[in-house]
Amino acid sequence: MPLSSADFSAIWLTIKLASLTTVILLVIGTPIALWLSRTRSWWRGPIGAVVALPLVLPPTVIGFYLLLTMGPHGYFGQFTQWLGLGTLTFSFAGLVIGSVIYSMPFVVQPLQNAFSAIGTRPLEVAATLRANPWDTFFSVILPLARPGFITASILGFAHTVGEFGVVLMIGGNIPDKTRVVSVQIYDHVEAMEYAQAHWLAGVMVVFAFLVLLALYSSRNTKMGWS
Amino acid sequence: MIDVRLHLKYSAFALEVDLHLPGRGVTALYGHSGSGKTTCLRCIAGLERAEDGFVQVNDEVWQDSRSGLFVPPHKRALGYVFQEASLFPHLSVRANLEFGLKRIPRAQRRVDMAQATELLGIGHLLERHPQHLSGGERQRIGIARALLTSPRLLLMDEPLAALDSKRKSEILPYLERLHDELDIPVLYVSHAQDEVARLADHIVLLRDGKALASGPIGETLARLDLPLALGDDAGVVISGTVSAYDAHYQLLSLQLPGSALHMRVAHAPLALGKALRIKVQARDVSLNVQAEEHSSILNRLPVTVIQEIAADNNAHVLVRLDAGGTPLLARITRFSRDQMQLHPGQTLWAQIKAVAVLA
Repeated sequence: MPLSSADFSAIWLTIKLASLTTVILLVIGTPIALWLSRTRSWWRGPIGAVVALPLVLPPTVIGFYLLLTMGPHGYFGQFTQWLGLGTLTFSFAGLVIGSVIYSMPFVVQPLQNAFSAIGTRPLEVAATLRANPWDTFFSVILPLARPGFITASILGFAHTVGEFGVVLMIGGNIPDKTRVVSVQIYDHVEAMEYAQAHWLAGVMVVFAFLVLLALYSSRNTKMGWS
Repeated sequence: MIDVRLHLKYSAFALEVDLHLPGRGVTALYGHSGSGKTTCLRCIAGLERAEDGFVQVNDEVWQDSRSGLFVPPHKRALGYVFQEASLFPHLSVRANLEFGLKRIPRAQRRVDMAQATELLGIGHLLERHPQHLSGGERQRIGIARALLTSPRLLLMDEPLAALDSKRKSEILPYLERLHDELDIPVLYVSHAQDEVARLADHIVLLRDGKALASGPIGETLARLDLPLALGDDAGVVISGTVSAYDAHYQLLSLQLPGSALHMRVAHAPLALGKALRIKVQARDVSLNVQAEEHSSILNRLPVTVIQEIAADNNAHVLVRLDAGGTPLLARITRFSRDQMQLHPGQTLWAQIKAVAVLA
């Protein structure tokens, strides 16, 4: 067996982290993307820029600030301690929070593009056909933005799987809690276990290729607005 | 009655109208692009919100900014037909039609699926997808979809403007049937005078966000104080009643409204008493001091000169005439006017070279 049980537990942890992050991002990213695509408010620029920050910042910078805020002296850390939860640094929950922030633009931007592409006309049509705003969201926006949701889910999941710097900064390297695949590979290399590193790295390459293949193939099946 | 008072200001445009429109039949909001007709329609639908506005359709108030009332569009019993059919691409034709229908409580439904599909001739398209339809078919489905919400008011925003003339003539008969068979008041936005002349009973003329005139179509189109009359296609619309049919010459006689005079048009036979709309262009009417008996011109009417104004160029004048109660317009050269010594009250013969049957 080329993969050790530690490798499998790292893979399982990675899948768990990426799935949870994607679900959370779809839930909070949808209203943010909807707002960004519709608003004419002055806040559109600043909020959009903040959401996009993780695209350009080195992961260590995000990790550093998260470490400070979630640590025992940070605002968020003091809040979680007040709630009796302790601090979230070096825990799975902390990793989830970090991943949500880190992968945010990869979910929000495809959704925002999809909502902008729909435009306001279908929503007006739905309103004149007696659909209230919630009804319109589920019966018109959701189905028309489906390609956007697929892209957002794939990118959010894949980007979380590929995360390394943020994990190292706020999660450390605790087996079964914070040691994800990318960190496990790093460990193998540090320990000169090149064969192990090869196998795990190979799995990641195949995974990344399949994700991108799925993404580019789904582009051909978009429906146009007529 | 439909009462609409709107006051709306954008940076370069202001809409200021106060309209009292009939609560039945087709009312055209007519004007050039930028005149505010679409904005007016969108405010009535609640898709746009006039800061100061009052909208009442028969006994329902949809907006009254004085008491802070603004009913959101999805709670207004209206149907809206957009310029592009805007069918939902993720739904079949049937699901598009049912989208509005299933959101109407059963007890409030007054138009059913069979009636709407029959009225617009779309029964054979139900299982198709919007992508596989022609522009005309899509627009007919858009109209049926709006009708299926059993609206108390149907708003149509240039429903034919995106179509070529062939598709237009394919849809117009359906719109006429709508007018004849359903008792739903329609506000019809258009910049095409021929559509308005054919469909509307009442017309509101809009320019720069203001209503220049509002009145029954026949009288309003013949008014000389409105920019309507100035163009090359100035003319009047007359709603006549079929009074006789000459089978040998295949000519239909029409009695002019409020008058004992008749006009004849080449047409297939129609039932006596049926209404027929015709348009007489000002450029097709010439004036004669005497009745010209030996002429190929079919329609000669005794008329009285009411008023004369300048036309769109210096060579011509427009003359408003009264043909036994029916207004007529004639476009003649200034030279002829001086030759005939034209003056108000003068009795003349109008020779009508061509009559267009509208519906």
